[in-house]
Amino acid sequence: MALSAQRLWAIARKEAIQLRRDLRSLGMAFVVPAFMIVFFGYVISFDVKDIRIAVFDQDRTQRSRELVQAFSASGRFQVAERLERYGDIEPMLDAGAVRLALVIPPGFQRDLGTGRTATVQAAVDGADANTASIALNYAQAIVSAYSAGVLLRATPRASPVVAQARVWYNETLSSSNMIVPGLVAMIMMIISAMLTALTVAREWERGTMEQLAATPVHPTEVIIGKLLPYLAIGLIDVSVAVFIGMFVFGVPFRGNPLLLVGMATLFLFGTLGLGVFISATIKSQLLATQIAMMATYLPSLLLSGLMFDVASMPWVLRIISNAVPAKYFIVVLRGLFLKGVGFSVLWVQGVAMVIFAFVGVSLAIRAFRKEIA
Amino acid sequence: MSKAVDVTGLTRAFGDFVAVDHVTFDVEEGEIFGFLGPNGAGKTTTIKMLTGLLAPSSGEGHVVGHDIRTESEFIKQRIGYMSQLFSLYGDLTVDENIAFFAGLYEVSGERLEQRREWVLQMSGLTAHRKRMTGELPLGWKQRLALGCAVLHEPPILFLDEPTSGVDPVSRRNFWDLIYTLADRGTTIFVSTHYMEEAEYCHRLALMNRGRLIALDRPATLRSAMAEPILELATDDGPAAAQALQGAPGIIEAAMFGRAVHVVVDDAARATHALPALLKSRGLAVHGITPVRPSLEDVFVSLVRREGGAVIS
Repeated sequence: MALSAQRLWAIARKEAIQLRRDLRSLGMAFVVPAFMIVFFGYVISFDVKDIRIAVFDQDRTQRSRELVQAFSASGRFQVAERLERYGDIEPMLDAGAVRLALVIPPGFQRDLGTGRTATVQAAVDGADANTASIALNYAQAIVSAYSAGVLLRATPRASPVVAQARVWYNETLSSSNMIVPGLVAMIMMIISAMLTALTVAREWERGTMEQLAATPVHPTEVIIGKLLPYLAIGLIDVSVAVFIGMFVFGVPFRGNPLLLVGMATLFLFGTLGLGVFISATIKSQLLATQIAMMATYLPSLLLSGLMFDVASMPWVLRIISNAVPAKYFIVVLRGLFLKGVGFSVLWVQGVAMVIFAFVGVSLAIRAFRKEIA
Repeated sequence: MSKAVDVTGLTRAFGDFVAVDHVTFDVEEGEIFGFLGPNGAGKTTTIKMLTGLLAPSSGEGHVVGHDIRTESEFIKQRIGYMSQLFSLYGDLTVDENIAFFAGLYEVSGERLEQRREWVLQMSGLTAHRKRMTGELPLGWKQRLALGCAVLHEPPILFLDEPTSGVDPVSRRNFWDLIYTLADRGTTIFVSTHYMEEAEYCHRLALMNRGRLIALDRPATLRSAMAEPILELATDDGPAAAQALQGAPGIIEAAMFGRAVHVVVDDAARATHALPALLKSRGLAVHGITPVRPSLEDVFVSLVRREGGAVIS
């Protein structure tokens, strides 16, 4: 039987009117994504600043004070405590009052003066391994810079080898530049699957499905018609999220906005279709929402490369991650935000998006067709 | 005359439970065809098979010339259907519901304007067209649902217990609408468990436990009832009905309004014997009159003749 634009439009219009009157869904559609991006954007940060340290300076010389000064001037560390005894270090770390203790042994200035290698000790709280290793890296860097300075003063000449590093795309190595584009994908995935999870289940719970099923409407018309208003919401959400990323977190957007719209549309068809599929299969609004949440949230968070590098995961997880749509959309978003690359680079992800959109919508239509019969 | 519906050996099982068991009947064009039976008799299942919502397990059927097993999508374009439960959208206004179903039935342009006015007038909702459908009284909702089901002027309309839960006055109004539609030539297929509604139908199919137990005009069904019925006027109806249960010559005694209806094997003998019988129990009899059996009497009698029980 031929599809009818009039029937499809009737469904889309009805769905839009219902959505407009449903405050809960509207809140979920517009407020939650903006809130989530701001919230996650601030909370998920790998930048470590103002790490509280304790200093046990046993040397008490000009040189030892210079080193401590180098720590506090770096902006990474804040000298919170000055210790008098070695035994004070452990209680400090235990209580979490400081993350790192810097110990300068007696004879530090003397060793430097006589050309011997001076040693300093850094004791770090390894309970949070991530922060600990970052703090250690900073400490190492400060100490080597200081030591290079000492060498220069002793024998004034250029350093033999200098590595001139330049970071591309994310010049300040800011973690919000890395996180925010990925967050847009994750939030879109969760919100769109959860929003549509309600739509078919609601028809079952309210008994309107029977009436719908008795009309000549085709399942494809119902599904596409139902998706259109949500697609509009999803695109608005993407724009809002991009603006928040740019103006709240200062993430640059260097790519083509139209390419983003195209990719986002495909991505949304996939996630929305997935939501409708869950909704049509489960037929209960509450359960459908919960399942949609589980099916979208965990994979998008863990396997998408948003926070954890997929390449270093065991091979089983690496294979599974290929089926996580957010993974591809995150590559698209990072590419568009930071690198400003175009379709010539992102076509692989584009193909993945087309497949995802097709699979999501087909699943939804199939699930719906069974029930009318 | 061609048939609006014809069905042969139609059966639907859900696992071991046979909801509809080899049902055979046909419906003439322009007829008001009633489906009468208690809840669970198989009325709704039959209607769902005829409207393409449910596939039959076996048997065959045609609705307006289309095969119910293979052409349900064509059938859906040419029928109106109103389900047991209110199934319009409560969060849409009256106008929006009409527009939605008009869209699904591809009614547009000038025809839509005409049909919209017709539905609003017919349902008496012209003044309430901007109101949320969910806020309307049930009787109004039912009339709107009927209007939405016939927006596309289908030749046949299926109504599955359209008036359940509606007060008697609204029910009467609803039937006036059904008559209006029938007068314009629409075939009406309606199920009900209200006996009084069954009287409005041209022909009646009585169903019990998935089987068709009788099919005829209401008057014919009544006159075909074999046992005579006596109406008994007494001071204490319930006590009299109780006293008569199982007495010789009495088949059944039950309250009917304020009187007692007694089904007997021989009217003359019973008229003679009843006063004495009741007097012995201390109950006075004010009058005994032979009455025309009601459809309820017919139904109960038919089920009893089959040796089965009425499920309700």
